[in-house]
Amino acid sequence: MAITEENPGYKWVGTRPIRPDGLEKVTGKARFGADLVLPGMLYGKVVRSPHAHARIVSIDTSAAESMEGVKAVITGADFPDLSANGAHPSDIDVANNAIARDKVLYEGHVVAAVAAITREQAEAAAKAVAVTYEVLPHVLTVDEAMADNAPLLHEAMITKGVDPAPEEPSNIASKILHERGDLDQGFGEADAVVEREFTTKPVHQGYIEPHAAVADANSDGRAHIWCSSQGHFQMRAYTATVLGVSPGTLKVTAAEIGGGFGGKTVIYLEPLAVRLSQRAGRPVKLVMDRDEVFRATGPTSGTRIKVKMGVSKDGKITAAEVWMAYEAGAYAGSPVGAAGMTAIACYDIPNFVVEGYDVVCNKPRVAAYRAPGAPMAAFAVESVLDELARNIEIDPIDIRLANAAVEGTQASYGPKFPRIGFVETLEAIKEHPNYTAELGPNQGRGVAAGFWFNAGMMSSATVHVNENGTATVVTGSPDIGGSRQSMALMAAEELGIPYESIKPVVADTETVGFNDVTGGSRVTLATGAAVVDACRLIVEDLRGRAAKTWDVEVDQVEWVDGQAQHVDGAQPPLSLNDLAAKSGRTGGPISANASLNSRGVGAGFSTQLCDVEVDPETGVTRVVRYLTAQDAGRAISPDYVEGQMQGGVVQGIGWALNEEYIHDTEGVMENPSFLDYRMPVASDLPMIDCAIVEVPNPAHPYGVRGVGEVGIVPPMAAVGNAIHDAVDVRMTELPMSPIKVLEALNENDG
Amino acid sequence: MPRTHITTVINGDETEFLTEDSTSLLNALRDDVGLTGAKEGCGTGDCGACSILVDDRVNCACLMFAPEADGTVIVTVEGLADSGELHPLQQCFLEGAALQCGICTPGFLMAAKALLDKNPDPTETEIRYALAGNLCRCTGYDKIIRAVQEAAREMRGQ
Repeated sequence: MAITEENPGYKWVGTRPIRPDGLEKVTGKARFGADLVLPGMLYGKVVRSPHAHARIVSIDTSAAESMEGVKAVITGADFPDLSANGAHPSDIDVANNAIARDKVLYEGHVVAAVAAITREQAEAAAKAVAVTYEVLPHVLTVDEAMADNAPLLHEAMITKGVDPAPEEPSNIASKILHERGDLDQGFGEADAVVEREFTTKPVHQGYIEPHAAVADANSDGRAHIWCSSQGHFQMRAYTATVLGVSPGTLKVTAAEIGGGFGGKTVIYLEPLAVRLSQRAGRPVKLVMDRDEVFRATGPTSGTRIKVKMGVSKDGKITAAEVWMAYEAGAYAGSPVGAAGMTAIACYDIPNFVVEGYDVVCNKPRVAAYRAPGAPMAAFAVESVLDELARNIEIDPIDIRLANAAVEGTQASYGPKFPRIGFVETLEAIKEHPNYTAELGPNQGRGVAAGFWFNAGMMSSATVHVNENGTATVVTGSPDIGGSRQSMALMAAEELGIPYESIKPVVADTETVGFNDVTGGSRVTLATGAAVVDACRLIVEDLRGRAAKTWDVEVDQVEWVDGQAQHVDGAQPPLSLNDLAAKSGRTGGPISANASLNSRGVGAGFSTQLCDVEVDPETGVTRVVRYLTAQDAGRAISPDYVEGQMQGGVVQGIGWALNEEYIHDTEGVMENPSFLDYRMPVASDLPMIDCAIVEVPNPAHPYGVRGVGEVGIVPPMAAVGNAIHDAVDVRMTELPMSPIKVLEALNENDG
Repeated sequence: MPRTHITTVINGDETEFLTEDSTSLLNALRDDVGLTGAKEGCGTGDCGACSILVDDRVNCACLMFAPEADGTVIVTVEGLADSGELHPLQQCFLEGAALQCGICTPGFLMAAKALLDKNPDPTETEIRYALAGNLCRCTGYDKIIRAVQEAAREMRGQ
């Protein structure tokens, strides 16, 4: 189902052809991060800390170095000390997270790496690296980290965003605050007030492909890196920083990427692989085990969130007070900033205070995860809103409609919304048959909504017209979920040639202009806009060549259906094929570049409807029906828009019901495997019904908003609200695992 | 380290390779035979990205030692198409957009083939349970299940 405000009659945009890179991916030919083999390539292995917090007293690599097949061993001492160079604090954190210098800050923190001829030799050598630690007391949660006299991760960390600045260091990296109106007055006007406290655990992005990198360093300082990455330009920049070299000395080729969800926007292996390759004089491959992926790469934050909201009898929210603390892991940088901006952004609320804290603790450094920060805040806010709707006996969609942000609403985080489609997603749910489908025994229905900004940022594209009138579209945005198809569909629409005549290519850092990461739901929006711009330059060029051929003014030439036409029909049309064949006589090769920093972001909203069945004997919750309505702006590639919507929902269902990092009291992760970190499997789920809403983004040539992220914002609250509807318990802790549901049921009975 | 000589039929071709006894079949296929279609997502048999057929049964290649492959007939994703003509599952995965990043796709195709070879008309629930050993983090499984249903219909000539 698509709700479209207008139908512009596109020929290619909005269709469902086969993706350009599909054949390689169903035949096993596509080369992912770990698939590359180079002549003479060595295998690397990383040595990791067994302690959550410890000072490195010494590292003895001599035994490892003397082992058979070992060609290189490196430690933090093999990298420049950025803190001594006056580097930016965030760069110092990137470097220290890549390989520890003085202290390890979490179990799994890298302390050394080895390279050897065989995988087995590398593993044996890694075990032979002898590290002496002085174990330090650790903190694992925001509660422990914010406690008085808590052990400090960073002895000089002074909380930012507090005026006057605190005199004493703490584990609180920063504070954020958004406020408007008068809270006391707002709560005074309320007819019902609900106050609840929520906790969530760190969860992992759970991409199926572990991190992998191959580096081939030359003796002149240059190096070529192949890696699984959401942004090879970003990898180049980070890796250059850690190595202390100019970015131009590194060439990075993006392998096909086996999932990322934000977790592959940061570096882990790349600088280690380069340094090992330099030391060994041979190419080096580093691939993580799943265990390492869990212990050392980006989960998103565990949180504690308090929400108090009031409504009047007519359903208007009069006030909202939100307090939240987000785990950052070992270094500053939790997504609490985005959480604070998104928490109540769906609604027009006159009085609010949103306060948040970025808190470091002895767990792996968090990385972006699909709408970073927003899902936990939405779990809390949307659960409280559900309870308020029940208290004043109003339909859960109607309470959201009564407060929904619309065009012109001053967003809680500052700017006024341009045209947005939140109301349309609410209406799409209400009009869908699932909304009135009959529920069985122990079944319940929950609604929740979510907001995400979507990102614009920088992209470049190059379009080449080949000599037979086909076109190659070159970008630098790794294709993580079908974006080559979106690029080809927009290029086909612009050039007026068949989709099959377009070859979309993801090029390396030396072959195309700069592209920011594939993240922030930005590729179809921003890289797509660059492709559209480049295609329009090509069309301008082609019109000029036709005008020259016909000896007329260029304004006498129109580009229609892939051919130049004279406005009066005075000349037989010239197809792209004709013009391409004659390009040598009309000005040379036909090619155009476009680069932009996209400001035309269109906010994304999703409303979701979840039906669950709760087994009162076991506490097991099963999702029996699910509907997601999301404003795509324009679905360039509806197949892959649905794929983003469905994928986001199912990650959210996992977050809601099963997934969590479990640490023992020493700070060692106890469930670093897919067996014990339980992500949803096919037999856990029903089909995920989609309602694509299309309220075009006025700032994009095709109305694109970006669809990758917002789908993961509502599910936890939708599931929690459905559980409440089914068995009358309000779940305030994630995951809502069987044991917790059972405990809540027993408390209710008691 | 002593190495064992292994003789197998892989994707229709008699294939010999030398391997250490502790090497997984997955690493042997990827590193020694050069077939990288089977992927390692976990190395512990929990994700199914390395699913292959060994004597017509679906197996996680990461859970077998390479010497166990001696004398077996193996099919990997590289052997699923017939002389360049895609298997109906491959075609239906493409047409139904049943992949996003594509890393899990080889494993899903092999597990689905094993299912349809045994049960040409599975219910949705049977498909969901047959594929429960294969993790996909991108799609939410919806389009994968539909693609397998469609391929089953086509293979039954419907």
